[in-house]
Amino acid sequence: MSDFDLAVIGAGPAGMAAAVEARLQGLIVLVVDENAAPGGQVFRAAEACAPDPAVGPDIMPGLPLIAAFRGCGADYRAATTLWHLDPEEGVLSLAAAGTTETVTARRVLLATGAQERPVPIPGWTLPGVMGAGAAQILLKTAGAVPVGPTVLAGQGPLVWLLAVQLARAGVAPLVLETRTVSIAAALAKAGGGLVAGRGLLAKGLSLMAEARRRGVRVIRGVRGLRAEGANRVERVAWEGGSAPCDTLLLHEGVIPSTHVSRAIGLDHAWDADQACWRPVADDFGATSSARVAVAGDGAGIGGWQAAAAAGRLAALDAARRLGALSEDSFAREIAAPLAARRAALALRPFLDALYAPPNAVLTPPDETIACRCEEVTAGAIRRAAALGATGPNQLKAYLRCGMGPCQGRVCAPTVAALIAEVRGLAPQEVPPLRPRAPYKPVTVGMLAASAESLQQSAP
Amino acid sequence: MAPSHAGMQTRGSDVIVVGGGLVGAAIAHGLRGEGLDTVLLDEGDIAFRASRGNFGLVWVQSKGFGAPWYQRWTRGSAGEWPGLAADLAARTGIDTALQQPGGVHLCLSEQEFEDRGRRMAQMQVEAGNFGLEYRMIRRDELAEMLPGLGPSVVGASWSPYDGHASPLALLQALHRAFTEAGGAYVPNAKVTGGTAAPKDFRVETAAGTFAAPRIVLAAGLGNADLAPVFGLNTPVRPQRGQVLVTERARTVLPMPCTTIRQTGEGTIMLGDSMEEVGFDTRQSPPVMAQIAQRAALSFPWIAELNIVRAWSALRVMAPDGLPIYDQSERFPGAFTANCHSGVTLAGAHARLLAPMIARGALDPALDPFSAKRFDVPRAA
Amino acid sequence: MFRARPEVRPATVEVLVEGTPVLVPEGATAAAAVLLAGLPAIRETPVTGSPRLPLCQMGVCFDCLAEIDGIPNRQACMVTVVPGMRIARQHGAREALR
Repeated sequence: MSDFDLAVIGAGPAGMAAAVEARLQGLIVLVVDENAAPGGQVFRAAEACAPDPAVGPDIMPGLPLIAAFRGCGADYRAATTLWHLDPEEGVLSLAAAGTTETVTARRVLLATGAQERPVPIPGWTLPGVMGAGAAQILLKTAGAVPVGPTVLAGQGPLVWLLAVQLARAGVAPLVLETRTVSIAAALAKAGGGLVAGRGLLAKGLSLMAEARRRGVRVIRGVRGLRAEGANRVERVAWEGGSAPCDTLLLHEGVIPSTHVSRAIGLDHAWDADQACWRPVADDFGATSSARVAVAGDGAGIGGWQAAAAAGRLAALDAARRLGALSEDSFAREIAAPLAARRAALALRPFLDALYAPPNAVLTPPDETIACRCEEVTAGAIRRAAALGATGPNQLKAYLRCGMGPCQGRVCAPTVAALIAEVRGLAPQEVPPLRPRAPYKPVTVGMLAASAESLQQSAP
Repeated sequence: MAPSHAGMQTRGSDVIVVGGGLVGAAIAHGLRGEGLDTVLLDEGDIAFRASRGNFGLVWVQSKGFGAPWYQRWTRGSAGEWPGLAADLAARTGIDTALQQPGGVHLCLSEQEFEDRGRRMAQMQVEAGNFGLEYRMIRRDELAEMLPGLGPSVVGASWSPYDGHASPLALLQALHRAFTEAGGAYVPNAKVTGGTAAPKDFRVETAAGTFAAPRIVLAAGLGNADLAPVFGLNTPVRPQRGQVLVTERARTVLPMPCTTIRQTGEGTIMLGDSMEEVGFDTRQSPPVMAQIAQRAALSFPWIAELNIVRAWSALRVMAPDGLPIYDQSERFPGAFTANCHSGVTLAGAHARLLAPMIARGALDPALDPFSAKRFDVPRAA
Repeated sequence: MFRARPEVRPATVEVLVEGTPVLVPEGATAAAAVLLAGLPAIRETPVTGSPRLPLCQMGVCFDCLAEIDGIPNRQACMVTVVPGMRIARQHGAREALR
């Protein structure tokens, strides 16, 4: 069994920055990441796709961090999953290439990033419907673009970024914007962030201008979106319109990936601005568990610059707690990343307000499949909630939502919102689903093979 | 009309059942079937809920070693199950996936096989005229019954009474049948206090006050604290069990084994540990690995399957592992039911026990299940 | 359906998708290979048999389960292609005893 000072889960901006900083402070660092290369989703396959003119300009800012991470001396395990974490004992169960391994860490940082908010609309299980983020990953990892009429439906910064990237690659999509909040209403919530966040705002405005210049057509105020077709999507329809469509890309923003943080029982709080759960954490990512910290989008959506700053802060906090950094040095070192994070988050209140997900996305019509694994409709969930399922854990027992291979990663937000709607509860009154290990599938054989070594090391 | 108490609205009924898990829901369903105005009080989304962790066997062959009355009660329940399943399907359209093709207990060594054989023989003796049909089957014959049997399996005990069902479909079907028949299912109603007088019971919950001349405590581990208020004694403790579930596979296994069964959906459930760790529902990779190891020895092809879910849950255990059924002597009308076999005993709870409670007296056949068996004479 | 852009990412890795050779760029995933090959579905669900293609491409949704190099139900979006990789559709529940 290997022992580490700090185990970092996730090699996105937060995880990479944390590893780099922790190594600078002399800690022995493990970084576990599911993907084949570092970068997380925002800088997915960045080293490979940087020369691609469609995505290169947006991915370049990640290259220095990736290079620093590659050279920092952390024990970096690519294509490796964490399938169980014991926060009390600091024991991590990992799986890679068909075998499991157990390591221990004095401190653990969850930098698990974000996932796309599920966008359950009627017909969204049809082949040809996918997440906007998914299409962007195809572009980054394989340079691949959709063939035929492509529709990008939803809202948020990624919609504009992807529209431009696809247009640069010669596939200008039709954008159906679902935004319901006016710019004026969002401005009212922006506070002073517009000034401090003017850099990001300028980037956004220039993306929108580039989209127009490259021939991206935009229809605004789209409601009642649905995908139609026999065995694949053939048409996208909305109130008052429809368009032929071979590929429908959906996006309603991103939410923290809290699968592991919920499974290990960290305290979570409902983030009303972003309509999602996030782990409760202090300025340095310390959570309700004495050993575990969180950083990056997995602790609340803030974008990659805020994530990198949070990763550094969590690493500095780990170094202080482990006695590698004096209080004085700590106080000195945190100033820069604290300021960087403040600047990176300045525009967030405006963006959160502007791109608040509409109710129809959170609580879809009855005929919509909410749980894609077990194929359970929103209507069935509403009926079970009326029968007496007061939360997603009991509803899972009734209808199997969350028992499929995705373990509720996709359906949990929808299930909770539907229960809240039916039972007249506020979102935070419906407890989140409690996932269990294995967080990602391992085979019976892999587990069985680990039996002897585990029994020897068991307390 | 419901009497009001201290200015607070009280919901009156014929009977209150405390506990909306498999035990309480089966009893409540049966009581409603007897025509009683029944209120079923349940906790909320976060609770220990042994029912959600049940392995799903309708299992007879191992039950009641040294306690033939438990063997009879269990076999009686297995016999009631087809009627219960048909009743629930007719009322709710929910298929509880009941199958009773017989079942086997696999033995992975000669020692296990011999011990098992002795145990089954002893139980047959104890069964007396009631009888107990079983066979000890050697590996070659067993391999004809169970595809892909591992070389480590030396044999098994088999009985025709065994089967399995979906615990979660059963729970939903009971809740649905109960409410559709006019029963009142009240979630988020954890009992916080209560008062007892003969045939006059009152409980306080987050969802209000409830009163009835009869009450059934079926609150699982919660019974331990609740029972003394009603003149009952239910010394139950938690025992942790962990279960692994594989991805769905096409049907392979024609019958359930004690710790391996293929569900109606095609998933294969692997169980289950017995751990004395108190109220600790954490999972433990070393125990999960042991479960996986035994499953892979039993059926090597299972090793290739992905585990997509696993959990740990707490069994409701009496000191001797047997159920506790009682009516309070001090406060007649107060009953309690406690067991760790909410699926196996659902047939008995809905169709045998509920009518007894409705009549106001437990059958003498249930006398051995009274908690009086734990009363030891005090030393002078 | 998706296409590669050989002008920026040469398709140099040959894999077999449903037995048919397909050239895909280095670094692509098995899920991308299925999309580039133009298959109408990567799997049929074990519940109703409905066809699916990958949804999230980042390991969240499990809608890209496929048989890769003879092993059923693998998350194709988490597997990077190597030359000669065999990728086949997942038809409903897997065979357990083969």
